[in-house]
Amino acid sequence: MSTPGGRRGHGGPRYPAWLALPALGWYAAFFLAPLGFVAAYSFAELSGFVGVDFAWNLENYRYLWDPVYRDIFVRTLGLASFGTAATLLAGFPFAYWLARYSRRRTLLLLLVIVPFWTSFLIRAYAWLIILDPSFPLFRALDVDLLYTTTAIYIGVVYNYLPLMVLPLYAALERIDWSLVEAAQDLGDGPLRAFRRVTLPLALPGVVAGSLLVFIPLTGEYLIPAILGGNKTAYTGTLIAQEFSEAHDWPLGSAIAMVVIGSMTVVLVAFSRIAARGEVANG
Amino acid sequence: MGRRLLAAHAVLVYAFLYAPVAVVVAYAFNGGRQTLNWEGFSTKWFSAALRDDSITSALRNSLLIAAGNAAVACLLGTLLALSLPGMWRSLRVPIDALVTMTLVTPEIVFGIAALVFFTEIGLTLGLKTILVAHVVFNASVVALVVRARFVGLGHDFEEASYDLGAGPLSTFRQVTLPRLAPAILAGGLLAFTFSFDDFYTSFFVSGAGTTTLPLYVFSSLRFGVSPIVNATAAMVLALTIGAIVLAYIVLRRSGGRAGGVFPGVR
Repeated sequence: MSTPGGRRGHGGPRYPAWLALPALGWYAAFFLAPLGFVAAYSFAELSGFVGVDFAWNLENYRYLWDPVYRDIFVRTLGLASFGTAATLLAGFPFAYWLARYSRRRTLLLLLVIVPFWTSFLIRAYAWLIILDPSFPLFRALDVDLLYTTTAIYIGVVYNYLPLMVLPLYAALERIDWSLVEAAQDLGDGPLRAFRRVTLPLALPGVVAGSLLVFIPLTGEYLIPAILGGNKTAYTGTLIAQEFSEAHDWPLGSAIAMVVIGSMTVVLVAFSRIAARGEVANG
Repeated sequence: MGRRLLAAHAVLVYAFLYAPVAVVVAYAFNGGRQTLNWEGFSTKWFSAALRDDSITSALRNSLLIAAGNAAVACLLGTLLALSLPGMWRSLRVPIDALVTMTLVTPEIVFGIAALVFFTEIGLTLGLKTILVAHVVFNASVVALVVRARFVGLGHDFEEASYDLGAGPLSTFRQVTLPRLAPAILAGGLLAFTFSFDDFYTSFFVSGAGTTTLPLYVFSSLRFGVSPIVNATAAMVLALTIGAIVLAYIVLRRSGGRAGGVFPGVR
């Protein structure tokens, strides 16, 4: 498979597979090995002030089964679910318009791609200014949302919206709109045509967008820290605390493992949904 | 939904996406001492920021890390992208999954994992550890962008080159590399911004003495917003937005559509 010359047919001439080795080595050393250490740490316990003792027991996980922690996990799931639902609700009609009706698409698409890649921190910081009670808009309305859960929710929708829109657009952009028109010509109402034609074709985008929003939100730390004033704890807040203030790395590792576990569950569930969608699409 | 309604919604979405950013930039030009008390146009906070040692040294660190990271990520990511299309499926599928994992794993988890790892193997935290950690997800970014272009171009020219007797190395140099150059450059620019903007990973693996620009902004927020931080934020925005727009133009100009700035977007 690594002979580059002469081979025709599927894929054309090839570059050797061993070219992947440098990147794979980097992933193994600096991604997989670190995650392995976290897994090992989650079964360890503190010894003394900073030392770690590999006891190989479930004490950390048992400790996390406390209602205090469970409340925080549930709250985090709530935040991730809200973020996913809200960005989907706001993002779908927008991506639909962009894919079907917009003109000057090169520019309009760029305007979504720019916030997708830029300054997560600074885009959260921007709301610190806007939500300040002395900012003209809110001074006029006489509301103070800064450092509330509402502020966190606004920040989440703001920062994650582009992550939802781009995969939605990628799926919707491929749709042959004459199919939708044909369905309508054959007697489907607009809603029915949407449900039977557009939605199934858009499903991969919905799945990808939901994953891109939901998974990172399960470990979100910055937005609650900046816009919530660190008053409300989420899973990410706990991890950051154990690693920067409390210095209980084994407990922090166990919390990180909970995040990885829920990420795996979500990935498997969503890939099932996507697979079913593909079957339905034929 | 009616077409007009959809268009109106789109206008609102764009306003929502850009108004907060515009506010930061606008208030960065506020001459007053208080962030929100407008006292006339001035660029004095920009020059104040550029005279502040803690800001300039953080800026220098961020630029060094981002540039080094982009170079390594380009090398690893491009090689990976070249190797994938011809690879056995049973090898390619798990590698694809690994690449996806490096991009979707919540960054805080990766950040603490890198911290635990570097501490265990006894590496001193600093610029180098930040760079090494950033390369992990940026190699994946470059691989995705370059691969999209590589697959999209087809392999006719490479075949012709082999038929004419060129080996893999000269085929790469004379045929593949020139055609992939825009994608590699765009991937490099994205890797640069991704690293320059990174908060989570740097936060955990920077150690005590090293600060990057996002870390500086974050730590200064404990004291609330201030005009100098605002000016710093505006400069970060200008730099990263510039790099992304450039990446987008490079990819468009070189024949593709948006091809690969986001996987799947054409």
